[in-house]
Amino acid sequence: MSNMNFEMPNFALALPEIFVLCMACVVLLADLFVGERNRVVTYLMSQATLVGAAILTVGLHTGETQITFGGSFISDTMGDVLKVFIYLVTAVVFLYSREYLRVRQLFTGEYFVLGLFGVLGMMVMVSAHSFLTIYLGLELLSLSLYAMVALQRDSIGATEAAMKYFVLGSLASGMLLYGMSMFYGVTGSLDITEVSTYLAQSHDKNIVLAFGVVFVVVGLAFKLGAVPFHMWVPDVYHGAPTSVTLYIGTAPKIAAFAMLMRLLVEGLGDLHMQWQGMLIMLAIASMAAGNIIAIAQSNIKRMLAYSTIAHVGFLLLGILPGTENGYSSSMFYILVYALMGLGGFGMVMLLSRAGFEADRLEDFKGLNQRSPWFAFIMLILMISMAGIPVSVGFWAKLAVLQALIRADMTWLAVVAVLFSVIGAYYYLRIVKLMYFDKTEDNSPIQPALDMRVAMSANGLAVFALGIYPSALTALCVAALK
Amino acid sequence: MSMEQIVFYAFAAILVAASVAVITVRNPVHAVLFLVLTFFTSAALWMLLEAEFLAITLVLVYVGAVMVLFLFVVMMLDINITVLREGFIRYLPVGIIVALVVVVEMTIAVGPKYFGLEHFAEPARHMADYSNTKELGRILYTVYVYPFEIAAAILLVAIVAAIALTLRRRPQTKYQNAGWQVATRRNDRVRIVKMETEKKES
Repeated sequence: MSNMNFEMPNFALALPEIFVLCMACVVLLADLFVGERNRVVTYLMSQATLVGAAILTVGLHTGETQITFGGSFISDTMGDVLKVFIYLVTAVVFLYSREYLRVRQLFTGEYFVLGLFGVLGMMVMVSAHSFLTIYLGLELLSLSLYAMVALQRDSIGATEAAMKYFVLGSLASGMLLYGMSMFYGVTGSLDITEVSTYLAQSHDKNIVLAFGVVFVVVGLAFKLGAVPFHMWVPDVYHGAPTSVTLYIGTAPKIAAFAMLMRLLVEGLGDLHMQWQGMLIMLAIASMAAGNIIAIAQSNIKRMLAYSTIAHVGFLLLGILPGTENGYSSSMFYILVYALMGLGGFGMVMLLSRAGFEADRLEDFKGLNQRSPWFAFIMLILMISMAGIPVSVGFWAKLAVLQALIRADMTWLAVVAVLFSVIGAYYYLRIVKLMYFDKTEDNSPIQPALDMRVAMSANGLAVFALGIYPSALTALCVAALK
Repeated sequence: MSMEQIVFYAFAAILVAASVAVITVRNPVHAVLFLVLTFFTSAALWMLLEAEFLAITLVLVYVGAVMVLFLFVVMMLDINITVLREGFIRYLPVGIIVALVVVVEMTIAVGPKYFGLEHFAEPARHMADYSNTKELGRILYTVYVYPFEIAAAILLVAIVAAIALTLRRRPQTKYQNAGWQVATRRNDRVRIVKMETEKKES
C-alpha cells in the first residue's frame, strides 16, 4: 500500500494540455457534421484552439518551477516559452496550408485534427519530467506525423515517404526506449529528478550508464535527423505534401530541442562527458553532410531538408559545451530556425498552384520580375538562413559560436564557420536565380489575402529580428534561468 | 534446483525455441502459430513473477485477439514466402557472426553483474489473497494518470489515422439498401399494362 499517500495532482498546471486534448476531440467530431463546403469551420476551430491554448499558457505562467502528476509533469519558464512558440508556428503552418490543401482536395478535417494531436504531443514533450512522458509525447507526435505524411493516398511519393518514416521512426523509438530501460535498470526510477540525483551521488560511472547514453543519443539523433541518422529526412521532406513538410520541419524541431534539454541536460547532466563526444561527432557530420549534399540538389524541398540537417548540427553545437550560455543560444537558434523554415517552405506553397508544385529550383527563376515583393522576402529568408551579417540567422550562429569559444572549443567554432561558408553558396544561388535569371513563366502570383499578409509578416519578422535580436535573446536567457 | 527454477527453465527453453521457429519456419501460418506459443510461454513466465494480471491480459489480448486476427490476415493474403526468403542461406553466416558479436558485447556491457540481487533487493512475496489487479488499477489511476491519459490519446490518434488512411468511398460499388427494399410497394416494381388483343393475321 505504498501509494496510499497519493497526492492529488495540480490539474491547473496542465490546463493547456487538457484544453488542446478536449478541443482536438471536439474538432474531430465537429468535422463529421460540417459538410465539404463548410470545411473552413474545422480550420477556424483549430486556429481558435491554438489561440486558446496560448492564452491559457500565458495566463497560467507564474515563473516558478512546479512539478506535479507524481513527478511526470513540470511547469517552468522554458516550457511555457517553447509552448507559446509551438502554438504560434503551428497556427502559421495551418494558415499557409489552407489554400494549398484546398486546391489539392486534401482540405480534410484529419489534417487539422492530427496537427492538433501533434501539438499535444509536443506540449507533453516540452513539459515532460519523466522518461516515460518524454517517450509517450514523442510517440503521440510521431504517430500523428506518419499519418499526416500518408494523407495524400494517391501519391506514390507520399506513401513511400510515410513508410520510410514509419519504419525508421519506430526503430529510433526502440533505440531510445532501450537506452531509457538501461537507466531504469541502474537507477530504479524513470523520474528525471531521481535519475539525476542518483547520477550525482554515484561515483563509479558504470558501463551500463555509458551504454544507455549511447542508445539515448542515437534515438535522439534519429528523431532530430542528425547525420549519420539522417537518411529519412530528404525523402520524407520531398515525398510529403508541402503543407506537411512545413509542419514537420518547424514546430517539432522546437519540441526536439526541449527533449534534448529534458533528457540530456536535466536528466543525464552528470554524464556530460559521455555524451559531449558523441554530440561533437554528430554535429560535425551533420554540418558537413548537410551543407555539402545540399549543393547538389535541384529540388528546393530536398535542398531545404539538407539545410535542416546542417541547422540541426548547429543546434547540437550549442548544447554540447554544457553551459547555460550554450543552452540559451541553442534555444535562440531553434526558434529562429523555425521562423525561417516557415518562410522557406511557405514560399514554396505560395508559388505553387493547382497541378503545379513550385518545388524545383528553376521555379524560382526570375521571381523578381514576377513579384518583386515576394522575391524580396525570399531574399531576406535566404540571407538569414545562410547567416550573412545583420540577419537574424547571423546572430543565432554568432551566439552559438560565442558559447563554443567560451567553453574553449575554438577549433569546433572554426569548423562550424567553414561549413557555414560552404552552405552560403546554395542559399545565395536561389537569390541569383530570383534576381539575375529570366523566366518564361509569367503566370501571376495571386495568393489569398491572409497568406499574403502572413508571409509578409513572416519575412518582416525575420528582418526585424535581424536588426533588433536582443528581445528574443533576452527571452531565451530568461527562460533558461 | 528448486521446483520454481525447473519450471522457469522449461518455459524459457520453450520460449527461445518457439521464437527461433517464428523466423525460420517456411509456412507463414506456422510462424504465426509459433508466435502464439511464444506469447503463451512468456505469459507463463510472468505468472512465475507473480504478475498475474499482465499474464492474463497478454493471453487474452495478444493470443486471443491480436494473433487470431493476424492469422486471419496471413491466411487471406497470398504471401509468396520463397521470394521473401531469397538469400537467407547466403546471408546466414554473416548474420550469425554479427549476432554473436552483438551478444558477446552486450553481455560484457550489460551483464548480470550490474543488475544482480546485491543491487536491488528481491521483491517481497505476497499472500494468495493479494490482488495484483487492484494494485495496478490503483497506481494507474493515481500516480500514473498523466501517462495513462497520453496513452489513451495515442490510441485515439491511431484510430483516426487508420480510418483516414483506409476509408474510401466507392460510388460505383453496388450494395443493398434494406430500408428501401422493405419500403418498396408493388407499384414500384410491377406495372400492369392494358393492351388491345391483336387479331392474328392470316
